[in-house]
Amino acid sequence: MAALAHAITCIVRRDVTVAWRRVHDVVLPLVFFAIVTSLFPLGVGPEPNLLRELAPGVLWVAALLATMLSLNRLFANDYADGTLELLALAPHPLSVLAIAKVASHWLLTGLPLVLMAPLLALSLNLPDKALATLLYSLLLGTPVLSLIGAIGAALTLGLRGGGVLMSALVLPLYTPVLIFGAGAVAQAANGQSAEAHLSVLAAFLALALTLAPWATAAALRVSLD
Amino acid sequence: MHKYASPKIFYPFAGKLLPWLAALTAVLLVTGIYLGLFVAPPDYQQGDTVRIMFIHVPAAWMSMFIYVVMAAAGAIALSWQVKLAEVLASACAPIGASFTLLALVSGSLWGKPMWGTWWAWDARLTSELILLFLYLGFMALQASIEDPRRAARACAILALVGVVNIPIIHFSVEWWNTLHQAASVSKLGKPSIHIDILIPLLVMFGAFKAFFATTVLMRMRNELLERERETQWVAQVVEQDK
Repeated sequence: MAALAHAITCIVRRDVTVAWRRVHDVVLPLVFFAIVTSLFPLGVGPEPNLLRELAPGVLWVAALLATMLSLNRLFANDYADGTLELLALAPHPLSVLAIAKVASHWLLTGLPLVLMAPLLALSLNLPDKALATLLYSLLLGTPVLSLIGAIGAALTLGLRGGGVLMSALVLPLYTPVLIFGAGAVAQAANGQSAEAHLSVLAAFLALALTLAPWATAAALRVSLD
Repeated sequence: MHKYASPKIFYPFAGKLLPWLAALTAVLLVTGIYLGLFVAPPDYQQGDTVRIMFIHVPAAWMSMFIYVVMAAAGAIALSWQVKLAEVLASACAPIGASFTLLALVSGSLWGKPMWGTWWAWDARLTSELILLFLYLGFMALQASIEDPRRAARACAILALVGVVNIPIIHFSVEWWNTLHQAASVSKLGKPSIHIDILIPLLVMFGAFKAFFATTVLMRMRNELLERERETQWVAQVVEQDK
């Protein structure tokens, strides 16, 4: 048990260190998030009421796409340099190690996106009273995106056109999170309680945390064959 | 029973079944279309447009049924490495995708006169569309992995992930928005549709099931020949057909 905990902390620490040395990998999804969000006012017009209506959906879709774009970083480098095979040979369950990989991915992509979202929300005129709900919904939702995305990343490891293929696999599975995430923010923006939506998001997180690592581990074993 | 899982025995066995299944499909399809187009009365609200339902509803049922078959075959292929189950799963995908597309197109044709729009972001339409995307993803993944055994295992995992997600997607979308009328046939005991419409609907459902069985066996036979092309029995089959 202690050895497993040690392995998990090692993986997370290593991933964070590697990312820190190549910080543009961490910054790029954030830049993407900001650019996509600011494209919307240019596309639909700067009318504040319209933007306020659209803000929950725009922020959530942009966060979702930014997460998706960062997914290929999840296993690709470890696959290329052989680290992934060592992880698969390690005397620990691969599914738990996959959780560690996902956790570091979330720390490096999901969490920064969550922290940046309120800033972009202000630029879209999202009412102040919805900001807390935006944070909560993203805090609950982005880990689910990383967990489900890990399955897609593991399945498409080393394939031609992996990026586009992965988005085709992963995006349909993202729809429930998008519905309840953006729904929660929209409820809060209209002055209603978002508790039901947030509870469902929490349920998704619990479900994804229990099931997704298995699928990821199985997919990694297929890809490493 | 398990000997039928061997490609060598399955291939001629499926070949013997095929003409019967094809004949059953033809009979059911002709009966169903006749009953649906000429015998069933027009609906008091929808008029003759209701006849689209004889295609639309069975196609929508089949789209979900085939996904479940595909995922079950995938689970069997993953757990017991049964080659035939891998072939079944991969044969299901294009047929399921076609039924999904048929359900979407016929629904859209029905929606125009009934709802006044080709497309509405209604719950069931949307989850059907997402189902189509899931099928397309499955087929894309399969096409991009060269080794058929590896492709089958990766696709089986994807199908299982999809089958866990389909109910979640369905209920999420339902919560999100609904315009579609509630299911009328699933209420066992006392369906809320008239018997004159129910009978052609069930006949068409049988016809679609038989069609699926026929086409899936044809696809499986073709894929078995391709996968096992190095073996003795395929050489014999090819020799006989010359």
